[in-house]
Amino acid sequence: MNLITPDFGLIFWMLIGFGILFFILAKFAWPIITKAISQREEYIQEQLDAADTVKKEMKNLKAEHHQLLQEAKEERDKILADARKMVEKMNEEARILRDKEHDARMAETKIAIQNEKMKALTDIKNEIALLSIDVAEKILSEELSTQTKQEEMISKWVNELNLN
Amino acid sequence: MHYNKKLARLAIIVFSIFFALTPIEAKATEEKSDQTEEFVPGEFILEHVMDCYGWHITTINKKHISIPLPIILWDQGKLVCFSSAKFHHGHNAYKGYALGFTKETSGKIVKLSEPYTGPLEKDAVYQFSRDFTDISITKNVCALLISVVILIAIFLSVAKSYKKRPLMPPKGLQSLMEVLIVFVRDNMVIPSIGEKHYKKYLPYILTLFFFILFNNLLGLIPIFPGGANVTGNIAVTAILALLTLLITSFSGNKNYWKHIFNTPGVPWWLKFPIPLMPIVEFMGVFTKPFVLMIRLFANITAGHIIIMGFLSLIFIFGAMNPVAGYGISILSMIFYLFMSMLELIVAFVQAYIFALLTSMYIGTAVEDHSEHETEPVAIAETAQNQIVEENK
Repeated sequence: MNLITPDFGLIFWMLIGFGILFFILAKFAWPIITKAISQREEYIQEQLDAADTVKKEMKNLKAEHHQLLQEAKEERDKILADARKMVEKMNEEARILRDKEHDARMAETKIAIQNEKMKALTDIKNEIALLSIDVAEKILSEELSTQTKQEEMISKWVNELNLN
Repeated sequence: MHYNKKLARLAIIVFSIFFALTPIEAKATEEKSDQTEEFVPGEFILEHVMDCYGWHITTINKKHISIPLPIILWDQGKLVCFSSAKFHHGHNAYKGYALGFTKETSGKIVKLSEPYTGPLEKDAVYQFSRDFTDISITKNVCALLISVVILIAIFLSVAKSYKKRPLMPPKGLQSLMEVLIVFVRDNMVIPSIGEKHYKKYLPYILTLFFFILFNNLLGLIPIFPGGANVTGNIAVTAILALLTLLITSFSGNKNYWKHIFNTPGVPWWLKFPIPLMPIVEFMGVFTKPFVLMIRLFANITAGHIIIMGFLSLIFIFGAMNPVAGYGISILSMIFYLFMSMLELIVAFVQAYIFALLTSMYIGTAVEDHSEHETEPVAIAETAQNQIVEENK
């Protein structure tokens, strides 16, 4: 058999063999395989896309969540601040009320003290007056114990009257 | 799948019938001549590279161990079948048929002038003719049929696993084949033929690629069922190239033929009065597949010849001196290993080139002319879309 002259027998069998191979594979193998591969590729692509959208959604959700959290925080802070303010206000009011009461009480006390003081002073004044009268009595009785002295006195008083 | 199973069973039955007709038994034939056979590397190599009526496995103590293959002849409306063992490696004639003994008919079957059965005389002169058709199952045919059966079995099982486990990652053989199938589809068929038409041609290109690849690889296995030089046989490559030619020509659209007979963009004086360009282009239609045929044939055959050459070196030196034979065998083995590695690459590359060029030829045949005009616009559009997307 020559190297470069094609042999009829081999051509014949090659046509048959290759034909059978092509026929069977083209009918029972390639369509199934290529379809399955492309279907799987599409499926994977779909899944990837879906994962991507989910990721994006998650991102959005996260952002939303974050925002909500932020808002909640702000609200909490506000509520806290309000409460603090209210407490302060109430404290202030209470203090003012207390002060007022205190002042009122003080005023009453002061008046009472004043009254007592006045009373005491009056008492003391009366006492002093009585004492003074006693003292004056004693002094006069002392002064006018003698005749001369009484005359002197009367003369003095007469002089004084003369002057007038 | 049910019918796939049936088909596989049918294939097995056909295969077994085929082997029942050609019993694989080591036929031992006594070497008749007493003279020691001299090792002739050229004959040894050519005998391997070329086709043969029996599948020679080895020779132990001058006994040829080979698988006899059926000889089928179509002789004047009569089908003649017998086993090639009847020839006793060319020493006997059977029913008037014998292996050719002259230089021109060496390795071919000849028909003697009288239906004679028995040993051929060494020095006798026989009248013979070749007026019959030889469709014997030769070594290459046998290897080809085996590869066809194996390929069918492989891809039916792969298809089955796709059916069984849809949308699942591939497993085992399936994953090996998927890589190659996707490679053929995405790197050869789609870029050459285009998204629009490729589906129609994908099955053929896949079959072509795997047929060549598998036979190339099978040819590298030294013993049965490998070792035959199927893709290095010009008849095989000629059929493959012819199919490429036919498919290209029949899928050729108006635009393709216009390019051949009235090539646009060529000065008019190249077409008229002497149609130089049309002739050149028309020749191109045939030279392209012709080159495909020669390339595959030459590459694979050359690879086999080189490998056999390195192996022959051992015997050449061994015949001179046994020590030299052993010595050179180390070097020979290194070269043999190197060449085998190279041949592994060549096996793949040649299958790739054949399938790629075939799809490119088909691609030029089915190419739409309008595609050329819309292409730049489409590219500009996609570019614009990309920019828009990036800006987003």
